[in-house]
Amino acid sequence: MVENRPWANFFAHLTLMIGVAVVVFPVYVALVASTQAPGDLLRGTLPMLPGAHGIENFTRMWQSGVSNAGAPPAGMMLWNSFVMAMAITVGKLSISLLSAFAIVYFRFRFRMFFFWLIFITLMLPVEVRIIPTFQVVADLNMLNSFAGLSIPLIASATATFLFRQFFMTIPEEMLEAARVDGAGPLKFFKDILMPLSVTNIAALFVIMFIYGWNQYLWPLLITTDPDYYTIVMGIQRMTSEENPQWHLIMAAVVMAALPPVLVILFMQRLFVKGLTETEK
Amino acid sequence: MASITLEGLKKTYAGNVAAVKGIDLQIEDGEFVVLVGPSGCGKSTLLRMVAGLETITEGTLKIGDRVVNQLEPAERDIAMVFQNYALYPHMTVYKNLAYGLKNRGFKKDDIDKRVRLAAKMLEIEDFLERKPRKLSGGQRQRVAMGRALVREPSAFLFDEPLSNLDAKLRVQMRVEIKQLQRRLKTTSLYVTHDQLEAMTLGDRLVVLNAGQIEQVGTPMEIYARPATMFVAEFIGSPAMNMLPLDYLHTQGSSVLEHLPEGTDTLGIRPDDMRLTAPDAPHLAIDATLMLFEAAGAESHLYVNLAGSEQPTVIRTSGQPSVREGEMLRFYVTRDALHPFNSATRKRTGG
Repeated sequence: MVENRPWANFFAHLTLMIGVAVVVFPVYVALVASTQAPGDLLRGTLPMLPGAHGIENFTRMWQSGVSNAGAPPAGMMLWNSFVMAMAITVGKLSISLLSAFAIVYFRFRFRMFFFWLIFITLMLPVEVRIIPTFQVVADLNMLNSFAGLSIPLIASATATFLFRQFFMTIPEEMLEAARVDGAGPLKFFKDILMPLSVTNIAALFVIMFIYGWNQYLWPLLITTDPDYYTIVMGIQRMTSEENPQWHLIMAAVVMAALPPVLVILFMQRLFVKGLTETEK
Repeated sequence: MASITLEGLKKTYAGNVAAVKGIDLQIEDGEFVVLVGPSGCGKSTLLRMVAGLETITEGTLKIGDRVVNQLEPAERDIAMVFQNYALYPHMTVYKNLAYGLKNRGFKKDDIDKRVRLAAKMLEIEDFLERKPRKLSGGQRQRVAMGRALVREPSAFLFDEPLSNLDAKLRVQMRVEIKQLQRRLKTTSLYVTHDQLEAMTLGDRLVVLNAGQIEQVGTPMEIYARPATMFVAEFIGSPAMNMLPLDYLHTQGSSVLEHLPEGTDTLGIRPDDMRLTAPDAPHLAIDATLMLFEAAGAESHLYVNLAGSEQPTVIRTSGQPSVREGEMLRFYVTRDALHPFNSATRKRTGG
């Protein structure tokens, strides 16, 4: 559109601003609430301006947590969440890269059968298979461990499928040229496929990290030892107490939201490129 | 440097589809051999079998004295130039050239020396630090050649390397490939569907059709004495005219006596049909001009033969003054006739 219509412009921007306000407002409330004194949030009116207890609330939450509500220090929970999310992300990426590599480049028996098997698991989220998975993890003595937290969530049909689609767009001559150049399958994977997939890997990294970070039901089920609590389930524990300490909960919420935001900020450029770039 | 020997090479795909049906061919050391044929004739499959990218169903393939049937492409000491170049998009030109050497465990300074030498030869020194996507089609083509060159393999394999270039660049690269091969004297096998490319590049041509060799010979041998009707019609542009002998007999001429036994069709190249009567004994044929095509230095006359309506093409130099719809008479001398038998589709009289 090249027309210059000031009113249309004005309304377009107004709509956008209202939209942003609606999305940002809850985040702002959480931020404000995390800086209030213990009683301030229970007086009926929610304060709209930051209070004076921010540093105090955050330090307390970070260092000691809310032990009577079953929430260990946030620092530790954040670390647990981070370890779990990273393990899931790195695990998912490496397994799906390798399985996509196998499915696209190797002609083995029942190749299509395995592809469809992987594809079908797309339709079974963690929640559906949670009882048998729990049984398996319990039998393997993996309750209350990082292995138990991450391994059952690692297999990823989505990522395998995306990598498969991407690999199929790489011309076959690329593999043939590499073979003539003396690169075996693993060298081809490492020197050609991986560098070409960097942007896709980055995009999936962001998605998978947030997926891992936000896991709630699974950690809740398999951890009974506070040493392995993750931040998302820790928040839930604090809210289910009789007198929830909202100022501390909100401090934990703000801290829990930070890592995903940071991941997106740092990988944004690659992330967008990975979702849009088609050039090879 | 090495010769390449193909003995009864066969390729059969699943479902009993035969792509290559028994090829015997000896490519001498340093020779430039062009495989030419229409699409689907098996020429690319044959090349890929030599490269090791397709398995060999039957037969023996030797490079030098080694039987290489079971060897990986990298172990065959060949280099290949692909139709779409297949450059590694994330590597600079330098790394593209160096990759094959690195995998073979060459030393760093040796790699550097070879890459720079190849780059100099192909005049791509200025682009060594660029990525392939920043290069033009012609430059990418050079890089693809360079990647083959640096390894100093015993044979080059080219899979229609010029078909992605525009017409002008294609002619230029054709000349460069020829000069390069002359200078390096590396045994080369080149696949193309373009008969002009085949004629101009090859020391010898191998004309393939439906997975079999139709004829092997130097370009001029094949042009002057096509062994089958397929070769006659495939090599040369516009294609050779095939006229039934019965029809020509009705035109009555002493030229048609003493033709080899079994001849029932005569092939005549469009260039050999002249509009002026030569001194030598000749055939005279009448025809109606249907379409006149001026192509600058030469003209194409599309005519229908009088009394048979068979479409025929004539090529003449310059631009004769003729009108469409006009009746023409053209002349063919005895030595311009290529005798064929239409049942066996072979040249008669050996």
